[in-house]
Amino acid sequence: MSATDLFPALKPKTAAPESRDKGGPAQPLVIVRDLQKHFPVRGGILGRTQAMVQAVDGVSFEVKKGETLGIVGESGCGKSTTARLLIGLIEKDKGEIIFDGQGLGDALSLKELRKDVQMVFQDSYASLNPRLTIEDSVAFGAKVQGLDDPNGRARSLMARVGLDPDRFAHRYPHELSGGQRQRVNIARALAMSPRLVVLDEAVSALDKSVEAQVLNLLSDLRREFGLTYIFISHDLNVVRYISDRILVMYLGEVVEVAPVDSIWREQAHPYTRSLFSAMPSMDPDNRTQEPPLAGDPPNPIDPPKGCRFHTRCRFASEVCKTRVPKLQGLPGNAEHLAACHLHDATSGHPKAGQGVPQ
Amino acid sequence: MTKLLDIQNLTLRFKGKRTVHAINDVSLSMEQGETLALLGESGSGKSVTLKALLGLLPPKRTEIEGKIEVNGTDVLSLSGRKLQKYRGGEVSMVFQEPALALDPVYTVGRQIAESVMRHKGVSKAEAMSTALDMLDRVRIPSANRRLHNYPHELSGGMRQRVMIALALACRPRLLLADEPTTALDATVQIQILLLLRELQKEFGMGVIFVTHDIGVAVEISERVAVMYAGQIVEEGTTSEIIKSAQHPYTQGLLAANLHDVERGARLNAIPGAPPSLEAKPESCSFAPRCPHATAECRAALPPVFTPAPRRRVACVMAAPALAAE
Repeated sequence: MSATDLFPALKPKTAAPESRDKGGPAQPLVIVRDLQKHFPVRGGILGRTQAMVQAVDGVSFEVKKGETLGIVGESGCGKSTTARLLIGLIEKDKGEIIFDGQGLGDALSLKELRKDVQMVFQDSYASLNPRLTIEDSVAFGAKVQGLDDPNGRARSLMARVGLDPDRFAHRYPHELSGGQRQRVNIARALAMSPRLVVLDEAVSALDKSVEAQVLNLLSDLRREFGLTYIFISHDLNVVRYISDRILVMYLGEVVEVAPVDSIWREQAHPYTRSLFSAMPSMDPDNRTQEPPLAGDPPNPIDPPKGCRFHTRCRFASEVCKTRVPKLQGLPGNAEHLAACHLHDATSGHPKAGQGVPQ
Repeated sequence: MTKLLDIQNLTLRFKGKRTVHAINDVSLSMEQGETLALLGESGSGKSVTLKALLGLLPPKRTEIEGKIEVNGTDVLSLSGRKLQKYRGGEVSMVFQEPALALDPVYTVGRQIAESVMRHKGVSKAEAMSTALDMLDRVRIPSANRRLHNYPHELSGGMRQRVMIALALACRPRLLLADEPTTALDATVQIQILLLLRELQKEFGMGVIFVTHDIGVAVEISERVAVMYAGQIVEEGTTSEIIKSAQHPYTQGLLAANLHDVERGARLNAIPGAPPSLEAKPESCSFAPRCPHATAECRAALPPVFTPAPRRRVACVMAAPALAAE
């Protein structure tokens, strides 16, 4: 028996980087279960709650360590709300967020979570403090969390994202271009040495040529720092390029989750299929002839009953109007999940079990 | 038949604390009933070109040289009554944000009717029936009810349809569309694009469609002109541009579209950022970002090659490519 066993305090305090991995490689980095967030709509002279916007309703998914999960969907489908719930920017109504085996709120405090999870927003200008220099902005989080040498960290990260610290450190956000500002936001997120970075439409506001540069940077950083990304975007080409798996949302619910190649080959949910065929064709001799969907997405204040997509679905039958389809693996491909009665042989849909007709 | 649009050597500067050379020696022509996409990034001068076409730029701060003719009318000399008649009558515009472009205090029907009354001098009842007909044509369901809606009561896609109905109510010869689908969701965007394509055929008008998205340009237009730093660097039919782009900038844009890129492969990104345009370009504006730039590119403006009728490339690189063919 050695002295250190008797007196644990004598053990050398080494915080090796691997020690941050608590659950081991098999434990998903994030597990979300039945996440729900409804926003009240107030109105009238008394400001009473008139209705609820069902922004996120029963969303469940997992993100494995080191993978990139792409989230796609139209405006109002709840993708940004999901991201904000994940990093605790807004409080969830119901559900669980489990980060590397620790539940948010029980084993893990919000402050601890934010050391490990950082976010990059769409509007690069609005998300930087206009009165802080770039260096101060990047170093700010590290200072708050009490990490050592925040300014040194900031400068080395600025260099890493392609902004020369000697030229840019003392500039203010308005003196940079959009692409440069988004690099600052990425550097700021990385200053905390996070394990998960949530990118909410992070490249959508950039010009195409600059977008490609930032995407290259994101891939490099992911490899270099062993990051896990949740990448939210409405641009399917971008999501396909960067993601390992894709999650499709519609009106606050997950309708399909699948590995990129699998979903690119076959879209199991009619909504996903419409979303994919709405992409502009790149062949001038073979342009799109028919819009895949008519009208706009319904209002999430009062979403349709049953399957929320049934009002716009070509294959909707009676059962779709009343019963909510469950998200489950496709027969023969358990990795590929879809929430559609067409794939459930027992659902009672006249074409059940045959997959989505052409 | 007169050309629908003939822009010659248009140069446009904004004066103020600092001067911005927004458009530098642009020439462009369109035949009747053609659809042209102006493709480029922010700050390349696409929207400024459209605004110059409608005379919407602040006269005190703008210096314009060159010539713009629409259907034989010299646009730059128009003023007062004639300009009013021209705007909306001959040429009209669809903006990116319909929520900002529509007047929030009038019903959509009244806004369309107002424009019809002004231009055609018809009675209010007649104008309202034209408005109703227009809402039908842009496929707004239950148009009769929607006529009496205010813009805030409509969804984004519906508002853009109203905007199109308003722009087309007086049957213009030329429709200018400034990124009309950028603010819309993907499934709504494709609906609006197909609608515009149909209406263009039906009315036989010319369309200039400003966009930064190559996919959108492919869906809507027969011809494409690529703009960079206030200049047109390449022009041709859509398939010429898509299948055999010759200017390095166009090639870079096509690569950045990520269509058919292998997953995880390194992107062939154009380095750097567009120039600030504070000085008039004396050499190729793209040279600082171009992988093929030579001393020649940095010394003088690039020559414009025309490999085929109505096809042009402003790049020294285009010359050897021609000789090789």
